[in-house]
Amino acid sequence: MNESGTIHSMAPTADDAPLVVGGITLGSRLIVGTGKYATYAEMARCLDASGTDCVTVAVRRERLVNAAGENILDHLDATRYAILPNTAGCYSADDAVRVARLGRELLRDMGSVCSEWVKLEVLGDRRTLLPDPVGTLEATEKLVADGFTVLVYTSDDPVIAKRLKDLGAASVMPAGSPIGSGQGVLNANNLRICLEYLKEDDPSYPVIVDAGVGTASDVAVAMELGADGVLLNTAIAHARDPVRMAEAMRAGCRAGRLAFLAGRMPRRLYATASSPDEGSIAGPRS
Amino acid sequence: MVTERLAADVADNPDVMVTVNGERRLAPAGSSLHDLVEALGFAGRPVAVEVDGQVVSRGRFADRRLTGGEKIELVTFVGGG
Repeated sequence: MNESGTIHSMAPTADDAPLVVGGITLGSRLIVGTGKYATYAEMARCLDASGTDCVTVAVRRERLVNAAGENILDHLDATRYAILPNTAGCYSADDAVRVARLGRELLRDMGSVCSEWVKLEVLGDRRTLLPDPVGTLEATEKLVADGFTVLVYTSDDPVIAKRLKDLGAASVMPAGSPIGSGQGVLNANNLRICLEYLKEDDPSYPVIVDAGVGTASDVAVAMELGADGVLLNTAIAHARDPVRMAEAMRAGCRAGRLAFLAGRMPRRLYATASSPDEGSIAGPRS
Repeated sequence: MVTERLAADVADNPDVMVTVNGERRLAPAGSSLHDLVEALGFAGRPVAVEVDGQVVSRGRFADRRLTGGEKIELVTFVGGG
């Protein structure tokens, strides 16, 4: 991150405006989680290979016994990565607001340029980790009023997505499929409608697909649909070779973005030959 | 003067009970949030503190006297998605 608040470890694609969230420019369209890695060293290698400029962290109680062990911040270069605290594990708007404020305090102490950022999650259910839409709306309203830049995890419901934007969320982040499920983008049609609703009259509004990515093609699919970015964690951390998968995610993200910008050909029911019929020595098939 | 008053406090009420991260802890009467954070080994470490549901900034730790009964959360960043 430089002093103007721009983060760029990966040059943006030519003729493509960079991703801007809450006034901060991110060079990479991938946001990568820091959970579930075997070691901090592996995490650091994966973040590097992914090309990301923005990483999520959780806020948790310190251990009072055997304290003063290693801290994740000892392994995250805050001058390189924007640190985005989440409210994971919160099942009420009030708890999410408390956790967001504690995360902000940690970021302010660090002198972060994006100290008001929060990845808001208000969950409804432990088994699915699906968002609680009512709690999510309530917490978004409170956090926006408190000056936060709210990047909000939500379902792929276009109506809720639009309401979150209307409440002032800096980015709406619909899930491709449940958190950590690796099922990819389950309802591309809903995502398409989310993108339409959120971007009509406001094409640069950032929509980030958060959760459900299993492999690089899932990232490419989300990006081809027109998402501005993808947030993922488990798909890298639980790959057999996490560092290689991180690199694959980087490539998948870039491929998907390029394909979106290029504009795909229409789908057709029947074949159209790529080689000319004219000049063929073969006789017609009867 | 200050020393005398503190000594008197200690005689009347040697310790106060607070709850830190769900665990009950004794803190010397008259001690501050700064003293508690230091005693727990987190001085200079990246931690944020909430007392009874309100965040207390690092700059105010020393002013915040513990009177007993406070519910304190002492948190940091960990890996997460």
